[in-house]
Amino acid sequence: MKAGGALLEAEGLVRRYAMRRGLLGRAVEVRAVDGVSLKLERGRTLGLVGESGCGKSTTGRLVLGMETPDAGRVSFDGAVMPQPGSAAWRAMRARMQMVFQDPLGALDRRLPIATQVGEPIEIHGIGARSERAARVETLLRAVGLRPDQGARYPHELSGGQRQRAVLARALATDPALLVCDEPISALDVSIQAQVMNLLVDLQEQFGTAMLFVSHDLRAVRQVSHRVAVMYLGRIVEEGEPDGVLHEPAHPYSRALVSAIPHPGRAGQRIVLQGDPPNPADRPSGCAFHPRCPVATSLCARETPALKARPDGRLVACHVAHGEVSAGQGHARQEAA
Amino acid sequence: MMPLVRLTGLSVAFDGAPALRGIDLSVAKGEAVGLVGESGCGKSVTWLAALGLLPPKARITGSVMLDGQELIGAPAPVLERVRGGRIAMIFQDPSSSLNPVHRIGKQIMEALGLHRGMTGSNARAEAKRLLDLVGIPDAARRLDAYPHELSGGQNQRVMIAIALAGQPELLVADEPTTALDVTIQAQILELLQSIRRQMGMALVLISHDLGVIAEACERVAVMYAGRIVEEAPVAQLFDAAAHPYTQGLIGALPPMDGPRRRLAAIPGGVPEPWAMPPGCGFAPRCQFRSAPCDAAIPGLMGLSDQHRAACIRVAPAAMPLERIPA
Repeated sequence: MKAGGALLEAEGLVRRYAMRRGLLGRAVEVRAVDGVSLKLERGRTLGLVGESGCGKSTTGRLVLGMETPDAGRVSFDGAVMPQPGSAAWRAMRARMQMVFQDPLGALDRRLPIATQVGEPIEIHGIGARSERAARVETLLRAVGLRPDQGARYPHELSGGQRQRAVLARALATDPALLVCDEPISALDVSIQAQVMNLLVDLQEQFGTAMLFVSHDLRAVRQVSHRVAVMYLGRIVEEGEPDGVLHEPAHPYSRALVSAIPHPGRAGQRIVLQGDPPNPADRPSGCAFHPRCPVATSLCARETPALKARPDGRLVACHVAHGEVSAGQGHARQEAA
Repeated sequence: MMPLVRLTGLSVAFDGAPALRGIDLSVAKGEAVGLVGESGCGKSVTWLAALGLLPPKARITGSVMLDGQELIGAPAPVLERVRGGRIAMIFQDPSSSLNPVHRIGKQIMEALGLHRGMTGSNARAEAKRLLDLVGIPDAARRLDAYPHELSGGQNQRVMIAIALAGQPELLVADEPTTALDVTIQAQILELLQSIRRQMGMALVLISHDLGVIAEACERVAVMYAGRIVEEAPVAQLFDAAAHPYTQGLIGALPPMDGPRRRLAAIPGGVPEPWAMPPGCGFAPRCQFRSAPCDAAIPGLMGLSDQHRAACIRVAPAAMPLERIPA
């Protein structure tokens, strides 16, 4: 496998859902993902961070073809993704796998771990039948489980061990890409650290690229080479994790960083006013403007594009690009 | 000064399996104490037991004194006056704590009627004042809203308003921000702080997140496997954690800056209640384990005036603590 170079490219992904309000209400269109483009290099990790409803999980499912985008395209390893559900897509899916938040929900409670880890090998017909047991053993060891634990059922393992089993199964087909959707948020703090270390180790060992979807900026910094911040279906900032964490350029990233609770935090926290927005009722212009402390009237009218700053950081903000000087916030005009 | 609440040797067992193994903790008037630990360490059970909210099969021993009054084994009418009146509790998931078919105004007024005997327009006016206090915009109109019409963060504000209805001296907040987004978590933490200052109320904040505790509390108790393993003022805990478990918890937090290095993860997992180690509950995961650790359960020893830890390596004020690289 060649090192470096783009493994996964997504361009202008859009995913809309129709949502009905109330029993007889009219269907409202919800844009869960609204024009997301991203690029992931081989063997690297891209962190996708944002709050609930920002579209980060939907983006993860779109790049795997688990959902079909309404617009935009995904290419994997230089080829456009085949029609989801087709034989070509299934063959390709062996090379890209998903890890979910809740390991107990992702595992079959009636099957021992080893059987579940071996299943993808069987389904995709990888290797000789006689070698499969040995392959399962290798996988269990790689994620830090003992081969004898393969005989156990999911309920007999702890939360951390279950997530290891899920990882072993995801790695069974030797994928080039893992999409990890909040893989640590259901785990205890000390176990989270174990799984983060494991993800980094596995990447080193297998060269797997990862899309790490999380609401936790600290975790994202720990495992990612690049980070993209999402707000209401769009990427609002993208760059190196340390840059984004230490000098966030977008006002939303600034609020997100300042909201991270940590001991001995210096300086005043930016407490955002208002609730996270409703994707079914998207504000005009920049979707963040009703909560933004520096919004101007331009922000309420025009949606800022995601553009590179001179230092290479991508930001979608009129103020950050100097197109307008910082305002005092701009309350949302109530639609009468 | 006499503490507001003092727990002594509080223990709880379910079907013979110990969930809580002797908790000593006191909360002074107006103080903010954090309880931190992983799932199953007993941090929630401690306060459910103290308020008599556990199912009958739970075997509770020890003592919980509120202003000189024993709560363990107290008759129901006494507990009913305490719960919501002197000690209020809020939980992780506000939407399951609120009744979905009643307007939120009615739910706040119910608490006002129970604890302060308020009815009618008096109660309504007080309910509106409480909603204002917890920062819900347009409070007068929101009184008639149902929980599903509000966001998760707003519902948690409503829960706090209900908890404040009885003018409690202590608010026990059990993971109040865990189900919320980070920016909303910041709002709720700030709200709890400002209310505490305004009302002179004590706060016990239960959380798995050391960062949350550090921001909202003055003192923190770290729990592991049904016991308190370390207790200290917040700053002291972060600067000089003495118990290997506390050191492990701090080391497991990904740093915000500096070079990226492997996290110091604590190996293994928490012991099951029916298979508790004979000695120190943390010994099987501890890198400093030695024979005496398994011989007996170490008690809390004072390192300084306010800093106590339950570890045999901690000699009271004798050796300078070696810092473990986090």
